[in-house]
Amino acid sequence: MYYSILFYIFSFFVILSSIGVITSKNPVYCVLYLILAFINSAILFLFLNAEFLAMLLIVVYVGAVAVLFLFVVMMLNINIEEKKSKLLKFKPLSVILGSIILVEFLYFLIIDNSTLEKLSNTPNLEQKNNTISLGNILYTDFALLFQMCGVILLVAMIGAIVLTLRKRPGVKKQIIKNQVDTKKEDVIEVVSVKNNEGA
Amino acid sequence: MIEFFNLPILINHYLILSSLIFLLGVIGIFLNRKNVISILMSIELILLGVNINFIAFSYFSSDLTGQIFSLFILTVAAAEAAIGLAILVVYFRNKGTIDVKDINVLKG
Repeated sequence: MYYSILFYIFSFFVILSSIGVITSKNPVYCVLYLILAFINSAILFLFLNAEFLAMLLIVVYVGAVAVLFLFVVMMLNINIEEKKSKLLKFKPLSVILGSIILVEFLYFLIIDNSTLEKLSNTPNLEQKNNTISLGNILYTDFALLFQMCGVILLVAMIGAIVLTLRKRPGVKKQIIKNQVDTKKEDVIEVVSVKNNEGA
Repeated sequence: MIEFFNLPILINHYLILSSLIFLLGVIGIFLNRKNVISILMSIELILLGVNINFIAFSYFSSDLTGQIFSLFILTVAAAEAAIGLAILVVYFRNKGTIDVKDINVLKG
């Protein structure tokens, strides 16, 4: 019973903060609502015995992606003031599309319920530790996909660096090559100074 | 009311929740036409809904493959957010705005 109540509470918060993400005028509030949605979903993942993914969601999404969003929102200096009429122009389209998708989902979930009945109500994952079980199949059965994930992350990292790198004129920078290539003759001048005639 | 809370949580509950989050993400893409960063956040919401779906099926069918795929989705979402935000920063540096209605360079 407590489990059911907790599920309803946390899913209510997830949906509420999702609505906050798409309706807030201020982008900073949007990001904060997104963080709230992620944390509540992580708690829902705990109900589903996915402890590792719950922690990963908090570490990766809240710790990295959401903070990245926050940095970009603060860096770009977006004007918060937005006229209401422009937003209303797209409202009918979004409501129509949303209701079509909602009807489809509800049809498959409530009316056409036959396929879901086959799934057992009392799951038995037979696992001592979620992380160990995940690692056992991640590094064996899905080793190739796992390495491809690494390649994707590498490409994304290089792409992000290359995209945002820029050379500005007039900025003093350390150039290692010039430092190493400097010869003794270029920078030291040996002057013979006579006695009592120095500057 | 008490009987309602005594009912067990089935996969239907999680599927309805994930479809609602997915739906809110799709609506957010069409509703928030002011800047690209809202659209990126809506995409994150869509991916979150998909993740909940995968993990619910993984739990109720006693198969860990769903969690593995959720892990991969998380990876791709992180890469997508990094690249998208990098493009956004470069675009803002060149144009000074990220309004969706101003992105019409290819229009000629």
